[in-house]
Amino acid sequence: MSEQKLPMADSGNGGAPPPPPIQVSASSARLIATLATAGALAGLAIVMAFQWANPRIEAYKAKVLAESITEVLGGPDHYETVYVENGALTTQPLDTTGLDRVYVGYDENGKPMGVALEAAEAGFQDIITLIFGYDPASGDLMGMKVLDSKETPGLGDKIVKDTAFIDGFENVGTPLVGVKKGQGSGGHDEVVMITGATISSRAVIGIINHRLEALKAPVDTYWSATLTAGGVSSDRAADVGAPATAGGGS
Amino acid sequence: MRQTTQQEDLLRGMWKENPVLVQLLGLCPTLAVTNTVLNSIAMGLATFFVLLGSSILVSTLKRWIPKEVRISAYILIIATFVTIADLVLNAVVPETHKALGAFIALIVVNCMILGRQEAFSSKNTIWRSILDAVGSGVGFIVALLMMGSVRELLGNGTLLVDTPWVVAPFGPHFEPWVIMILPPGGFFTLGVILLVLAWWKERHHVPVRPRRWPHGVTTAVEAEPVGVGASEGGA
Repeated sequence: MSEQKLPMADSGNGGAPPPPPIQVSASSARLIATLATAGALAGLAIVMAFQWANPRIEAYKAKVLAESITEVLGGPDHYETVYVENGALTTQPLDTTGLDRVYVGYDENGKPMGVALEAAEAGFQDIITLIFGYDPASGDLMGMKVLDSKETPGLGDKIVKDTAFIDGFENVGTPLVGVKKGQGSGGHDEVVMITGATISSRAVIGIINHRLEALKAPVDTYWSATLTAGGVSSDRAADVGAPATAGGGS
Repeated sequence: MRQTTQQEDLLRGMWKENPVLVQLLGLCPTLAVTNTVLNSIAMGLATFFVLLGSSILVSTLKRWIPKEVRISAYILIIATFVTIADLVLNAVVPETHKALGAFIALIVVNCMILGRQEAFSSKNTIWRSILDAVGSGVGFIVALLMMGSVRELLGNGTLLVDTPWVVAPFGPHFEPWVIMILPPGGFFTLGVILLVLAWWKERHHVPVRPRRWPHGVTTAVEAEPVGVGASEGGA
């Protein structure tokens, strides 16, 4: 670079000879236009892909949720989505966004079987998301299924794969007490933890206990109201008929 | 640069200048998601799709992309294909998508892909870019499969787990080496594979070929041929 090119402010005056042309291959406007066009086209392509993929992704999520609820509630005939609003359960909140959901399962006669609750908390590696069935009538747990976890393969991920551990969450009293293998006293509220995955097992038990602690009172209240009314499930058709759109479709 | 034949364009990336095993590019997914054969295949195919799509687009548009913003434009093109691949995988194979986690999105920063755009597609015709992308993509899949099959076999005692074709060659009494499907197993496997390849190269040492320089001076080339990808310097 020669020094002559530096005083570029001179380029506008009349009498002086024109400065040598600055060697640029493209103007700023062209650079901006190129990237803006490319960005717009990229955005269009992504939106089109999203519109194709999103209904499938939502349908899959809803299917997984429906299967999980069926599993933890021991095969209900249908279920109803209930929202937690201001510490109480309601089927018709003002606005469903951001509200926690619980799912009440009914048998074929419309009799409530149990309540499925989702919960998520930190495990050993990352957040563990799970769903569990709770029977307010007896205060027992009906079953548990881990929906999402990144626990250590081969060790912590036994909370997903170890059927003995998972079956241990059926028909146990709450709050749960985790015991090491061979050290339990045979109590009704005991869950035998996995050898080699103590932290992950303890996390699962803690997640369920914390969630129940927070929601036991409203769930029990709703449950007794459902039982006495006997007909709360009569308006279930709207929820039950369309589990595939449970995500709200936003 | 010496003009290469179409066959060389295609085969170069598959083995001789394999992106992972020779150029050591794209090591992040190579180490992270090769704990099963299925994950390796899914990651390999997703990367292949992104590489092929980006190469076609970059070589098509190379005339209109100003050189000042070429890297931004390449990243934009790559990121678009990655987002599409992410959405499609999530819609079509949700379980695999879940297993690959954040590493699908991280294909954007795979040095191999940006490297091929800068070193090849931006300077060559569409057809030759396709050949180059197919070669490099297949080479990437080959490397991932080598890693994935070794790690799954030792770390889980199976091959093709989570598919209908799962086999357990060691039988039910094999105690899996859990460390092989954990991160250290990835480093260990890659190290052993590179060691074996280096040893194999030593054994089949190609004699030094004379190379004629443009001004007529004849000199010897070092054992490592200076290819298109050798000077990229990616991480």
